[in-house]
Amino acid sequence: MRHLLSISDLSKDEAVLILDTAIEMARASDGPMKKLPTLRGRTIVNLFAEDSTRTRISFEAAAKRLSADVINFGAKGSSLSKGESLKDTALTLQAMGADAVIIRHSASGAPVRLAESQWMTGSVINAGDGTHEHPSQALLDAFTIRKHCSRGGADLTGLRVGIVGDILHSRVARSNVLLLSLLGARVTLIAPPTLQPFGVENWPVELSYDFDSVISDLDAVMMLRVQQERMSDLFFPNAREYSRYFGLNKDRMNMMKRDSIVMHPGPMNRGLEITADVADSARSVIVEQVSNGVSVRMAILYLLLAGDNS
Amino acid sequence: MSVALTGPEISRALTRISHEILEKNSGSANITLLGIPTRGAHLASRISTIIDSIEGSRVPTGTLDSTLHRDDLRMRAPRALMPTVIPSEGIDGRDVILIDDVLYSGRTIRAALDALGEIGRPKSVQLAILVDRGHRELPIRADFVGKNLPTSANQSVKVQLSEIDGIDEVVITESGDK
Repeated sequence: MRHLLSISDLSKDEAVLILDTAIEMARASDGPMKKLPTLRGRTIVNLFAEDSTRTRISFEAAAKRLSADVINFGAKGSSLSKGESLKDTALTLQAMGADAVIIRHSASGAPVRLAESQWMTGSVINAGDGTHEHPSQALLDAFTIRKHCSRGGADLTGLRVGIVGDILHSRVARSNVLLLSLLGARVTLIAPPTLQPFGVENWPVELSYDFDSVISDLDAVMMLRVQQERMSDLFFPNAREYSRYFGLNKDRMNMMKRDSIVMHPGPMNRGLEITADVADSARSVIVEQVSNGVSVRMAILYLLLAGDNS
Repeated sequence: MSVALTGPEISRALTRISHEILEKNSGSANITLLGIPTRGAHLASRISTIIDSIEGSRVPTGTLDSTLHRDDLRMRAPRALMPTVIPSEGIDGRDVILIDDVLYSGRTIRAALDALGEIGRPKSVQLAILVDRGHRELPIRADFVGKNLPTSANQSVKVQLSEIDGIDEVVITESGDK
């Protein structure tokens, strides 16, 4: 592995290796000394041309625990806001000697462009591109599901995962569909027809428009954020109707299987797709997803950067 | 290919090492065994069993993976990480015995010493090794040695243990041999 651009580039063995490596990273971070010397002298650039708290901080924490030097480069307060092209930005990063670039961009395909061009030689890690993919989020979700639901299995065979809500705009959903089915889970997408993407019939998933009829079969329920910033059209009549049919509230949560978990990639719209009492309940692993994110990203950085890249 | 140690020779060596560890540390009261995965971890649990049967009390035994502290990470493909399991007593103030199968350049042990330093401050650190094949690149030596095996750099020493390989045997192969 040299880049992490899309889950579709991963084999099942590689995906399992990342998850297994993350377990050891979590264990190493548990000790009194959180810092490991593994990536000393490597420079990692966080190139975030779109807003993010969780993913950027998570990658930064992961890189720092492995002793890499981290340079943060956001859209606001940099030349990106003056209209500098991706190419010129990449050439600048290359000239500064970046060993890896973690990129978030509003344009789908920007990370692939960066990786396939000759603009820079380092590794490229996709931290979310447009409505395309968000592979590190899917890996941390799979890690969380495996930890809680797989009873020691290496993959997710036999588990049922529901992804609920704004599938249309969700790169998290796209990466998760690919990864969870790669690992053997059955994935059900639950959303109103207007929020199911074009061509979804060809995805390796089952579809449902009725949350209540499937919720009791699911081992993990992954709620997605309603992305109001991408909602230029009317996808549902109003927020109250959406919450009523596709939101996760206490009554609906009580229909879930024993030991099943509630997930959300964040940031949450409390009261819209998930109620506060569910988000803060014992079933919710939402905060744990964040700490798992650091371990999984440490694993990704280790596997991409520790070896010989020349 | 030649056999350097047979199964019975391996188990005699481990029994002798167990006695030497007890002799040097005046019993098992303060010792903690840490095996370096993968084969060192199996050797550690065998030595632990032998010491248990001699002393009649359990010796804290764990594993220590030193991969993240290696200095040659850039020179090869990334290795899979193995579990590090530290016994609940911790290592502060303990006499820690590191256990590995082959001692060669000494770089694994250097990395293991760094990894130990992250976890705590042992009273002493000692090294037990099944095969010392020479060619050290660092000032590191073993306290307990199963067998000194003079080799040349283009030979390779392979320790096989029944837990993983189905047979107890140490073999030397010339590079190019299969």
